[in-house]
Amino acid sequence: MKFLWLVIGSYLWAGFFYRSYTAAALKNFVQTLVNIVPVLIFVFTFIFLINIFVQPAAIKKHLGSDSGLKGWLYAILASILIAGPPYVLMPFFGQLQKQGMKNSLIVLFFSNRNVQPPFIPVMIYYFGTPFTVVVSVYILIFAVINGLVLGKILDKH
Amino acid sequence: MPDVCQEETPRKIKNIMKEAANKTLQMIKTAFPVIIGVLLVISLLNPLLEQFYPQIFTGNYVIDPLFGAIAGSISFGIPVASYILGGELLKKGVSLLAVAAFLLSWSTVSIAMLPIEIASLGKKFALLRNCWCFFTSIIIAILTIVTLKVIQ
Repeated sequence: MKFLWLVIGSYLWAGFFYRSYTAAALKNFVQTLVNIVPVLIFVFTFIFLINIFVQPAAIKKHLGSDSGLKGWLYAILASILIAGPPYVLMPFFGQLQKQGMKNSLIVLFFSNRNVQPPFIPVMIYYFGTPFTVVVSVYILIFAVINGLVLGKILDKH
Repeated sequence: MPDVCQEETPRKIKNIMKEAANKTLQMIKTAFPVIIGVLLVISLLNPLLEQFYPQIFTGNYVIDPLFGAIAGSISFGIPVASYILGGELLKKGVSLLAVAAFLLSWSTVSIAMLPIEIASLGKKFALLRNCWCFFTSIIIAILTIVTLKVIQ
């Protein structure tokens, strides 16, 4: 909210000195907002559905220290299905880390925040299907690479 | 089925849905001000900055994603906000290479969230992960654009 208040303050200042420029900017903002409202409705509806079907207890059960290869698959799945702000997810995974979740799986999870069902259609809308498919594949590949590399470094020490 | 089980299942479902709704509402409450703020900033600054985009974003395979990744690292919010912002920047002439690095670093690197990440997961984890993901954002952006050029 602080950020938004700062921006509103900037608009008030700009409006005082550059009235017509600010008016044009506001008009542009409203047009862009109207265009993205259907996109936002879709995204948050999808997130609501995922929150119904993906429960924290299940994550805890399948991503623990003894999870093996299955743990990697579940971590990839979790990274795809779980959408949430970092300030909620980080403390949650901090708890899991203390309970024995491997650092490699946590790194994998946080390396993929884009390849998620609510966001893919939006990416396609703005950047096209070829870009979305290609970048998604690379994101998932590098999520595993990141987990392997950083997991080795972090778990070694 | 015992009466207790028959009563509990709908109640359980109701509780799950209530919790899901609360979580989603919390996310909307947090994300919406950021999205509005970002759109307002673009609308205000873009007319001033867009004349410089062709000079800054020349399609260079190192400079463009580097600037994109830096911009993404200092931003934060739900990934959708980055797609909206990235889409608008793309329309204004910023290269897809820079925008790709921007999207990737927006969601995997966060200077703003560093204190929370350090407190939750440890200093070494947080610093190593953010630095590593900054560079992989650039690499993934380059690989994506090169692959698109090959297949299209």
